[in-house]
Amino acid sequence: MQKNNIIEIKDLDFSYENNVPVLENVNLSFRELESACIVGPNGGGKSTLLYLLLGLLKPARGSIRVFGKPPVEARPDIGYMPQYINLDQDFPICVSEVVLMGRLRDGFWGAYSRKDREVAMEAMTEMSVEHLAKRHFSELSGGQRQRVLIARALTCNPKLLLLDEPTANVDPGMQEQFYETLYELNQRMAILTVSHDLGFVSDKIDSVICVNRTVQVHPTNALDGNVITDMYGYDVNLIRHDYRCDHEHKPGGCGHA
Amino acid sequence: MLELFFGSLPFLRYAFIVGLLASVAFGIIGTFVVTRRITSLAGAIAHCVLGGIGAALFFRYEYGFKWSHPLSGAIIAAVIAALVIGGVSIYARQREDTIIGAIWAVGMAVGLLFIAKTPGEVGLDKYLFGNILYVSQEDIYITLLLDVVIILPAILLFNNILGVCFDSNFSELRGVKVKFIYFTLLIMTALTIVLMVNIVGIIMVIAMLTLPAAVAGQFTRRLWSMMVLSVILSILFTSSGLLLSYNIEMPSGPTIVVIAGVCYLASIIYKKLKRAA
Repeated sequence: MQKNNIIEIKDLDFSYENNVPVLENVNLSFRELESACIVGPNGGGKSTLLYLLLGLLKPARGSIRVFGKPPVEARPDIGYMPQYINLDQDFPICVSEVVLMGRLRDGFWGAYSRKDREVAMEAMTEMSVEHLAKRHFSELSGGQRQRVLIARALTCNPKLLLLDEPTANVDPGMQEQFYETLYELNQRMAILTVSHDLGFVSDKIDSVICVNRTVQVHPTNALDGNVITDMYGYDVNLIRHDYRCDHEHKPGGCGHA
Repeated sequence: MLELFFGSLPFLRYAFIVGLLASVAFGIIGTFVVTRRITSLAGAIAHCVLGGIGAALFFRYEYGFKWSHPLSGAIIAAVIAALVIGGVSIYARQREDTIIGAIWAVGMAVGLLFIAKTPGEVGLDKYLFGNILYVSQEDIYITLLLDVVIILPAILLFNNILGVCFDSNFSELRGVKVKFIYFTLLIMTALTIVLMVNIVGIIMVIAMLTLPAAVAGQFTRRLWSMMVLSVILSILFTSSGLLLSYNIEMPSGPTIVVIAGVCYLASIIYKKLKRAA
């Protein structure tokens, strides 16, 4: 089956008000049902790239198309999960209210319909957080909050899911289960995750997008320590999920590069 | 308590009714101000109100404009301040606090200058520190009207405002007009502040806007229940402050604020003790 490109970025530059370039000459395409992980050092432009895809930032040069449209027009089909750490931890809101936010719309009558509630409940069930519906959002563990925010992103029935640091503060034991969930979601939507944690690079993901002012795309199976060191400019801890430590002895491959 | 309603002192009865009605707006808008963390914006709007009041008094004296009532001056100044401050907080993130501080002080200074040039106007105290005992029957209708104007959008747009307060980026992605909601919220805050000036005065507006909601926030987990509780607390603070101030012959505004402050302190201590236990 021919898969169409859902993201096309051409010759994109971006800088904030201080004119220091954050992203330069970015070219990127991404197909439907594809999965990729955006990695790179802090301040390298990962979140900026995500905001550009969401239309929250505008490129200084070049073009960006999502589903063939400007990002702002593509928003209805994009599900977005922010880092929960950026949300007010004291805000009086319960889990079901957070998830229902995915059904917000413009207009003078903001009440949720029965259908909205059903969709929210389905999304919570899919992310196994339905039993937490009435709990206060800030009582939840990091992993639970992330699941709730993914459930919220799912309520608009997205064709593209953007996840910002979905495994930050998730117990290592829970991470495998988390990848399974993402893998299942990936059967019906494209998934782009941002991670500063290379441990996230799993064999379930098609490619790795390295962002550090410039953008390079590597198929997951072509990734090794040298590529990562080039990208970051220094050695990083690297755990390759598709490596077998007993077979591979490449420098920088397994364990600590 | 009953003497407030049926007693022979109409001014006390009016004061009580105005406190009751205004508390509805205080509780609802206070909850938004506390959860959205825009207390300093509200403080700046409050101090700009004096600019409007001063200008209104001056124009009425100097040019004999009958319509130039302190209340209309207060409303106009509050709404303009809300729009300017809202613009600043959206477009000038880096220097937001400096600009808000400047608006805060300059707004008040303008008011003081106008009042200095308005002979016969010496009652500055009632604007700065409030005196709920001055309210008239007319104030009851004005309070009722402002209540409706404030509460209607709060109910109609509840989910959208909740969304914008909790996660404005995400709300924008879902098509909510975040800036429109934010400005609506600031204008509602501005109108509430005008109501508060009558009761606790410009200087202590922040206390009535934040303390009931801050106490309520300690005991509630949902935005709407926080609102309901802060309305109730607001009613308790204003009416008990009114009663107490009348009986001990103290100014009503500071009495109300001190009661609210003591309750806030008590709620914090209670929470700490409960957590420790």
